[in-house]
Amino acid sequence: MESKLLLGPSAMGKFCSLKAAVAEFLFDGATVAFEGFSHLIPFAAAHEAIRQNRRNLKLVRMTPDLIYDQMIGMGCANRVVFSYAGNPGIGLLNRMRDAVESGWPNRLEITEHSHAALANAYVAGASGLPFAVLRGYSGVDLPRVNSEIQEIFCPFTREKLAAVRSVNLDLAVIHAQKADQAGNVLVEGILGVQKEAVFAAERSIVTVEEIVDEFDTSVNACILPNWKIDAICVVPGGAHPSYAHTYYDRDNASYFEWNEISKDRQKFLDWMKLNVLDATPEVFLSRALKRANVE
Amino acid sequence: MTGYTPIEMMTVAASRSLAEGDVCFAGVGPPSEACNLARAVHAPDLVLIYESGAVRARPRNLPLSVGDGELCETALCTVSVPEMFCYWLQGGHIDIGVLSAAQIDRFGNINTTIIGDYHAPKVRLPGGGGAPEIATSCDRIHLIVRQSRRSFRKELDFRTSFGFGEGGLSRSEAGILTAGPVVLFTDLAIWKPDPASKELTVVSLHPGVTRAQMHASVDWNIKFAEQVEITEPPSDEELTVLRELHKRTKASHFPKKI
Repeated sequence: MESKLLLGPSAMGKFCSLKAAVAEFLFDGATVAFEGFSHLIPFAAAHEAIRQNRRNLKLVRMTPDLIYDQMIGMGCANRVVFSYAGNPGIGLLNRMRDAVESGWPNRLEITEHSHAALANAYVAGASGLPFAVLRGYSGVDLPRVNSEIQEIFCPFTREKLAAVRSVNLDLAVIHAQKADQAGNVLVEGILGVQKEAVFAAERSIVTVEEIVDEFDTSVNACILPNWKIDAICVVPGGAHPSYAHTYYDRDNASYFEWNEISKDRQKFLDWMKLNVLDATPEVFLSRALKRANVE
Repeated sequence: MTGYTPIEMMTVAASRSLAEGDVCFAGVGPPSEACNLARAVHAPDLVLIYESGAVRARPRNLPLSVGDGELCETALCTVSVPEMFCYWLQGGHIDIGVLSAAQIDRFGNINTTIIGDYHAPKVRLPGGGGAPEIATSCDRIHLIVRQSRRSFRKELDFRTSFGFGEGGLSRSEAGILTAGPVVLFTDLAIWKPDPASKELTVVSLHPGVTRAQMHASVDWNIKFAEQVEITEPPSDEELTVLRELHKRTKASHFPKKI
């Protein structure tokens, strides 16, 4: 029975272009996560969503970084659910700041958590539960400004704990190293909440570096089965300027450059036109390789 | 002794507080820098854990992000982020959390969320990340924050992570059983909480720092310990290793320019 599922006849139908996948599964107003904890961030997929001019998205992610800064600045989002919104080690997200502080290009609502709470909320969503429970948020201010954080008492010990609403997504978008011919996906390295996002979602799109005949890996590898994945798009370099463990390194220089580009609205718009609106997913391979060759 | 900057003094002083065998949760920036300096100078078996899931990472460069590839490549193992926060942190398996902050108050509560009003912010900062639960789940907390009137506030704009609340017994009254901030390193001094009131108190001034400088860089009326010591300046070895670490890190960020 298991092998039937793994090699299901519909598997080949999952392989499609990124353009087709985004057109079919990402709708205006969707609750969507483009996940990745510094690693395997689906940049190419986010750029495709921007090109297709998606609107009123509720963007969920533990660590919104450049792609959410870009999507927010291009007017794709009206809410962000997050736990750390920065350009790590460099500074703030200038486009997200502009939206939160000045409403440019549109007003942006926020739902803010700690990492522990949002990670648990993903697990609860993946587990089919309505909320997650954790020992957290003691004595701090976030519960005052986020009604999705509530107190709960352990029914056995009466200990006071925090409850947070689970993450339930219309769509999860992730990048991964490999898919096999049957449409199963292998994720290696820093896993973040990639697996939880896919299991907490109705639909999922995965961009991969390549398709292989079979995975050469341990029996405990992080594999997403083909019946949890709706579309697989081969986009080599699709996580650049983040990285894909064993394929290419993080392009830290690009993160420094983004800090300058994103400070100014017009400079930002010009950069987006040249590098996103007038580009295609095929540009990612050369961007990732350019970085790899330099090293 | 060669010259050194106040920031170097801060990092070196913080690194000395981390001992061989300690299991540390290292936040990005100054905390990770102090942890890696300690590992390079006097505590090669200091266990560094990053919230991205890297367990016992041994990076050669300073990571720019807590999810850098080098952390995973040099780690004993890499676990998922939910496992890291649930089993390792909340489960009580971390000795020291090393944190930084945009604002801090006299009881070691910290703000990394917002400057101004939450709903109409003057500056939207990145937010808590792992800090709120690191601050309450690690056995103890070491803080590293540059001193200035903008940062050392009588009242925080937002309490992201709990130190000692309103002081005294506030921490245990909030149901938190761990020790909280046991030491604060700044570019000017070392502070420790008063055993009873829990107010952060200056216990050591870095060489050449005056009490007038201290008052000018803090927004409340500072308490000094009865015996205020002078911090041992950075050794040649500490400075050399720290500068090499920065040089290597910079070269890895901008390979074209080196």
